[in-house]
Amino acid sequence: MENLTQLIFKRCLASVATLFVISIIIFIGVELLPGDVAQAVLGQQATPETVDAFRKELKLDLPPMVRYGAWLKGVAHGDFGNSLANGRPVADQIGWRLGNTLFLALLTSAIAVPLAICLGMLAAFYRNTLFDRCISISTLSFISFPEFFIAYILILVFSIQLNWLPSLAAVNENMGLGTRIYTVLLPAMTLTCVVTAHMMRQTRAAIINVLASAYIEMAQIKGIKRLRIIVLHAFPNSLSPVINVVALNMAYLIVGVVIVEVVFVYPGLGQLLVDSVAKRDLPVVQASGLIFSVVYILLNLIADILSMLSNPKLRQSRI
Amino acid sequence: MFKLIKQSPVSARIGMLIVGLNLAVALFAPLIAPYEETGVVGDVWETSSSAFLLGTDHIGRDLFTRMVYGARNTIALSFTITGLSFFMGVFMGFVAAVKKGWVDQGISRVVDIIMAFPTLIFALMVLSIMGPSVPTLIFTIAILDSTRVFRLSRAVAMDIEVLEFVEAARLRGEGLWWIIRHEILPNAMPPLMAEFGLRFCFVFLFIAALSFLGLGLQPPLADWGGMVRENAGAINFGILIPLIPAAAIAVLTVGVNLIVDWFLHLSSGLHE
Amino acid sequence: MSNLLKIRNLHIEGFYENQWQPIVKNVSLELKRGEVLGLIGESGAGKSTIGLAAMGYTRQGCRLASGSIDLEGTELFGASDEDLRLIRGSKVAYVAQSAAASFNPSHRVIRQYAEAPVHHGLKSYKEAEEEAVELYRRLFLPTPEKIGYRFPHELSGGQLQRAMVAMAMSCEPDIIVFDEPTTALDVTTQIEVLAAVKEITEKMNKAALYITHDLAVVAQVAHRIMVLRNGKMVEEGETRRLIKNPKEKYTRDLLNVRKSMDNHEIDPSSDVILNINNVAATYTGHDNVIEDIDLKVQRGQTVALVGESGSGKSTLARVITGLLPRTTGDISFLGQSLSTTLKQRKKDDLRRLQMIYQMPDTALNPRHTVRKVIGRPLKFYFGLKGKAAELRIRELLEKIELNPDAYIDRLTTELSGGEKQRICIARALAAEPELIICDEVTSALDQLVAEGILNLLQDLQNKTDVSYLFITHDLATVKAIADKIVIMLQGKIVEQGEKKKVLSPPHHTYTDKLLASVPKMDPDWLDTLLEERASTYL
Repeated sequence: MENLTQLIFKRCLASVATLFVISIIIFIGVELLPGDVAQAVLGQQATPETVDAFRKELKLDLPPMVRYGAWLKGVAHGDFGNSLANGRPVADQIGWRLGNTLFLALLTSAIAVPLAICLGMLAAFYRNTLFDRCISISTLSFISFPEFFIAYILILVFSIQLNWLPSLAAVNENMGLGTRIYTVLLPAMTLTCVVTAHMMRQTRAAIINVLASAYIEMAQIKGIKRLRIIVLHAFPNSLSPVINVVALNMAYLIVGVVIVEVVFVYPGLGQLLVDSVAKRDLPVVQASGLIFSVVYILLNLIADILSMLSNPKLRQSRI
Repeated sequence: MFKLIKQSPVSARIGMLIVGLNLAVALFAPLIAPYEETGVVGDVWETSSSAFLLGTDHIGRDLFTRMVYGARNTIALSFTITGLSFFMGVFMGFVAAVKKGWVDQGISRVVDIIMAFPTLIFALMVLSIMGPSVPTLIFTIAILDSTRVFRLSRAVAMDIEVLEFVEAARLRGEGLWWIIRHEILPNAMPPLMAEFGLRFCFVFLFIAALSFLGLGLQPPLADWGGMVRENAGAINFGILIPLIPAAAIAVLTVGVNLIVDWFLHLSSGLHE
Repeated sequence: MSNLLKIRNLHIEGFYENQWQPIVKNVSLELKRGEVLGLIGESGAGKSTIGLAAMGYTRQGCRLASGSIDLEGTELFGASDEDLRLIRGSKVAYVAQSAAASFNPSHRVIRQYAEAPVHHGLKSYKEAEEEAVELYRRLFLPTPEKIGYRFPHELSGGQLQRAMVAMAMSCEPDIIVFDEPTTALDVTTQIEVLAAVKEITEKMNKAALYITHDLAVVAQVAHRIMVLRNGKMVEEGETRRLIKNPKEKYTRDLLNVRKSMDNHEIDPSSDVILNINNVAATYTGHDNVIEDIDLKVQRGQTVALVGESGSGKSTLARVITGLLPRTTGDISFLGQSLSTTLKQRKKDDLRRLQMIYQMPDTALNPRHTVRKVIGRPLKFYFGLKGKAAELRIRELLEKIELNPDAYIDRLTTELSGGEKQRICIARALAAEPELIICDEVTSALDQLVAEGILNLLQDLQNKTDVSYLFITHDLATVKAIADKIVIMLQGKIVEQGEKKKVLSPPHHTYTDKLLASVPKMDPDWLDTLLEERASTYL
């Protein structure tokens, strides 16, 4: 059997390979534009001179391999080229927006992960009771609701009816941590609702799966107390599936974040991406798409490594 | 079939009622709707009245009419995409599971790559390059979605494929198609049916999200996600109009999910 | 002596098909200190349910309906959860069938041993640890000082099973419930576990309920035996009395299993239909799983391929069928060399070589009807359709002793295990084969049902002169039906020949061990064997 370090190493290699392929796809995507990119973006009215200049700007006059190399080299140095919309370097626009998005995602996971795991465990231990049923119906609803529906309901209740929280998450660079949290609380709550529902359902399923195993029955037959069975027998073995669930849903956050940022006009990477798609500002789309993909792949990688580490059979073979 | 519905729990019946109602509205949209789909007939954001059942939208179109046509457009689009994605996903999943070897490896690696992108990001990038037309929308989402269908149908088919009755068919000398059609497909139906419901919900919400971002169905076509976006400003005046299409999306998704839950319970919970 | 456990008129119900249905009906039993009671029966007899009820436990979806379970004056029926918890593990302990699943993969074996006594407040961890080592030694586990500090997946099946027997002893309970502790093990490993059970019940004088479907096994350890069927008691009696002189027909049937086969003679000059010559195969590309295989099957002959798990016998079957390409050697079938892979084989070669599987549940497509299962090979190989196919299907159903009118339109899921296996036989026969590979065809079936299948196979052979390659780990089956025996160990054939020759001494050492390990109905068999082994090892 392969040992743990080898497995992890292999998994990391796979991630690097995926990243590489993805960078090629993102790059080629722009190549595949029907007709001439420059012509398509600038429209029919553009003069040949402007089209030519634009082609130079996009370095379309060089062969693809060379351009890919140059692009990748730039990306590695944090240079994503210039925006087509305003000519400013893409990296400048992305920097603090990425920070904002990560802040929102972190805040959400700080609320959602403990909440989801607790609720999921409770639902599993008290399965088929009224409590479980209530939880299962409400999570089913939250899964079914589009993010913006939850967002508008929260806005309606907390900012319009109660007037407690701002409906626009307008953050700026000079805000203190407290104000910042206060400002993004509504978007964070929206995301929490969505993510918790998914995470909780899967946590419940994972734990029920463990509780059905023969060694749990054996522990009961040995006369072990319920609490001890849960803590000592069920928990260590549920760790691996639960970690997987958590990480998978963190990845799901990325999708949710885009929509929530748009609803609350939050200056994050998601909103930038959506704006740029509408404007067909390709360098920005390329850059933010790449960043989102990298984060996503990293999250999946962390999930896999953590669940390898928490898998008792793999963990023990280290010795 | 009728016997099965008779035994269904209340939740599944509510689900069926919701889905049935929505389908009826979608099918008979022109008969139900009082006005033209894109006709401007009143003032901006009028409240509900006998003339305008749900009031009017941000440029004075009848909201009820827009809702009815929105049901038609959104449901038809989601259904087409889910169907297409299923056709591709199941087909490739089964072939990969039965053929194994390099065929399986090849398809699986491509799927891995596509799945390594967050779906929404991938769709946004494709739409930014190709532009938001309906065919682009259909193919992009269907391909993205078919990767999940592929994973599931491959896994299901793998589980069935190792059973001896498939080996017996192989030993008999049966071909690939016979094995897929007669041995695997009938046994894969229950999980695939449930998955169809789940995928429909996903696609439906996904289109709603894209439309909400202004990248789905383009105006003046009525579409629930887009209607939320167009009327979003109203919420700040305490007008509930954007919540109506949003709630419609939520209700239909809950309905489908209720049926799916019952289905999952039926196919897995029998021996519990 | 007073009764330790007294179960009176016990009824247990299970919830299925949306209602409570009886599983155990009016069973009473008594167990004295130091006594072992064997509970025996086929699947669905309710023996495990009774075993668990002895500790006031029922599986999910089951409930104690009525009756009384008296454990040394304490009534367990209707006792509070906390009272029951105090009894479980400390007064009554349980040894499950699958040790691999019953040990928590996250904790070391010895920690799981010590958990119950420490938790019940009977011993300190240190004391439990020392006792564990001592018990491991008594139960013949290798390196008893160290083995407990391993994780469950680092032990073999037989070792784990003995570690679980030790774990059940950890609180020094009054009663131990053994629930098929050897069923999942090979015969040679079974001996080790049986010896451990014997050590505990006899030398340490513990009372036990021993649950099994194998009369020969239970005869070795039990003082008394209770025969159960469909949740009811058939008869009960002292072991020797019951074996020698059973009162009920059902018990007699169980005892007579696999004794009654007639040995049909085959003509030694009949033609060889399958000739395997120096064949080897591998899954990985290196390390052969099977090697140097030479084997002949004659027309109308039953060749039994015997070996324990991992011996390569099923791999050999895969090589013959072409599912796994051979790397060297040749297989000729009816005088012509068979292609290495399935794909290159001619349709007629496929037709002449049929296979029947171990698990009739998974060997039949649950969505097909009997008509489709049997009809498909008829259409595929002979192009039979419509009326002609219908007639042939009915004829085949009659051959396998099932009423065509009652069965032809049933879904395969609506059949019992034995009926399913018969349909599998019919499917093989439909192809009119020359050779049928039978892969453990009886091991998933209850004994009496298995007996019926074996008789049917024998009958069919007498009528059609078909040959069987019979893969099995069960020597009793081999003795009953084989003409020729081939014994495999670690991918190689260690001995082969006519049945009489192989079964009578002198044997190859492994054959000897294998034959000696098969439990005999004689209650003294295990003791004698253990004594013999002790004296040879000393």
